[in-house]
Amino acid sequence: MADAVLTSHPAAGVEPFGPKPRRVFSRRNIFLYGTLIIVSLYYLLPLYVMIVTSLKGMPEIRFGNVFAPPLEITFEPWVKAWSTACTGLNCEGLSRGFWNSVRITVPSVIVSIAIASINGYALANWRFKGANIFFTILIVGAFIPYQVMIYPIVIILREMGIYGTLTGLVLVHTIFGMPINTLLFRNYFASVPEELFKAARVDGAGFWGIYFRIMLPMSLPIFVVAMIIQVTGIWNDFLFGVVYTRPETYPMTVQLNNIVNSVQGVKEYNVNMAATLLTGLVPLIVYFISGKLFVRGIAAGAVKG
Amino acid sequence: MTSVLVKDLSLNFGAVEVLKKLNLDVQQGEFVVLLGPSGCGKSTLLNCIAGLLDVSTGQIFINGKNVTWEEPKDRGIGMVFQSYALYPQMTVEGNLSFGLKNARLPKDEIAKRIARAAEILQIEPLLQRKPAALSGGQRQRVAIGRALVRDVDVFLFDEPLSNLDAKLRAELRVEIKRLHQQLANTMIYVTHDQIEAMTLADRIAVMRGGLIQQFDSPQAIYNKPVNRFVAGFIGSPGMNFLEGSIAAGSTFSADGVDIPLARYEFARQPAAGQAVGFGIRPEHVALNSGADWPFSARVKVDVVEPMGSDTLVWTKLGSHNLAVRVPTERMPASGDMVDIGFDPMRASIFDSGDGGRL
Repeated sequence: MADAVLTSHPAAGVEPFGPKPRRVFSRRNIFLYGTLIIVSLYYLLPLYVMIVTSLKGMPEIRFGNVFAPPLEITFEPWVKAWSTACTGLNCEGLSRGFWNSVRITVPSVIVSIAIASINGYALANWRFKGANIFFTILIVGAFIPYQVMIYPIVIILREMGIYGTLTGLVLVHTIFGMPINTLLFRNYFASVPEELFKAARVDGAGFWGIYFRIMLPMSLPIFVVAMIIQVTGIWNDFLFGVVYTRPETYPMTVQLNNIVNSVQGVKEYNVNMAATLLTGLVPLIVYFISGKLFVRGIAAGAVKG
Repeated sequence: MTSVLVKDLSLNFGAVEVLKKLNLDVQQGEFVVLLGPSGCGKSTLLNCIAGLLDVSTGQIFINGKNVTWEEPKDRGIGMVFQSYALYPQMTVEGNLSFGLKNARLPKDEIAKRIARAAEILQIEPLLQRKPAALSGGQRQRVAIGRALVRDVDVFLFDEPLSNLDAKLRAELRVEIKRLHQQLANTMIYVTHDQIEAMTLADRIAVMRGGLIQQFDSPQAIYNKPVNRFVAGFIGSPGMNFLEGSIAAGSTFSADGVDIPLARYEFARQPAAGQAVGFGIRPEHVALNSGADWPFSARVKVDVVEPMGSDTLVWTKLGSHNLAVRVPTERMPASGDMVDIGFDPMRASIFDSGDGGRL
């Protein structure tokens, strides 16, 4: 095969013509693909171990052969993780945490994206008095560590009477998603040509008219980006979940932690692996479905700040 | 009758004065071009008239009504933008009807107006297409259509042809002129292209630094520019300038060149010895004509620039470069000695101090 492609050194009498021949095993390709393969292995190996372990029975795991594929495939750990695994006294598996997480994530994502997109739109297109100060405050907010605010928020939620409820947690997620998402939307809307906005004003559209009829239909990619950021962020959140909810409203991540860290009895590695995979499934699915739009949206927002 | 009246309009962005106490009076049915270099405030002025920018001081009247505080939609204007600004997710028909739907017009009225605009602009076959599927010229037609369906008295154009290639620009220029003759609306047109300004305008307002320098017919601006800036800005290739002074006996004198000014009509009488700039357009200088000019000289050809129909011949008069425009068939070779001559009546003389016309 090498002979066929090695014509990149034109032999005497061979005129260069058409695309320049490229060698498959050039130094550049070896480095490029070598690095990519090594990095992929680095990231994929733990995932492989998890999947394999979750499909083994406990006796097989005790042999200690971590990388070996399962001799006997069993889905029993998955079933157990979902419906009967115990966290302390309560043996309902992850299912309750899953539904809690859904009830937390869906309203948080919708409310935070709705508000952030309107914020971004107002900041980018309707330069009201004090817009810059407002924007600066919002951005500073993005850099304050969450931990600083945990206790004050506990007090605020308690005074509002929603401490420990899902409503309270949804409110917290909405607020903390605001800076980064507003920035995202502001930059996206700022990249929309200003003349489009002017034309719509001449055409008699108002604040909401322009938002719903001109800006929204043009900004699907950035909405997908914001949705991915919010879904993964809120779904994977542990800190707020454990602080602002009660055991019966724990999100999936907190419950997963409780299952994995429960100290009674034997460590069921296969159940733990299955539970972890189940918990990570939602963000993974979101990525797979919307990966292309995600990249496009990030690039579109990045062109102009 | 006055259609658009701008009174003592100022606009500041922070400490920057973009428009300075500007006055403009546009007659009903008139085609006015705002012309000037980048940053002169011409687009800003248009945006103020449209109501897209709040003014700092001053007033704007449209059809006798004070619209200074009105929203753009209530001013009775239609606007066409440089980047077309078509709504990308709507069809051409959707783009045309957007403003009318916002104004809550009845459906049959909307359909009627779209049909009329589409017919005038010949975009009927495109009505169901999205803007992305249109060429630049078609997009700009749709953008004009969007102003047309609003059935307004005043059309505002913000450099509408700048994004098009030269050929299309020339085509649409004629079409805009035809449209103006057909509709007889007031049109205010912003451009930095003097060809567009000269061909389209009833009157041109030449702007610089937030002020209108001269507001007059294209001929007056071309032949009798009020100051040195206007003289240099209008005309391509630009006017030749000779720096010198007024000598006794109504003569212009610049290092060895004496030009008699007996036939020149002074706007204001210069003092003897006053430093002035003498301007003459390349097309007003004759080359090897054999005629008897009030001023003539024998000079050497420096460089020859053929431009197709015309040729620009560069020579030196005294120490100053002088361009002469001649028909290509009478083009000399560089190095030739030629006779040049002109009538100082066609010239413009400016005070070297304030740049004003003398």
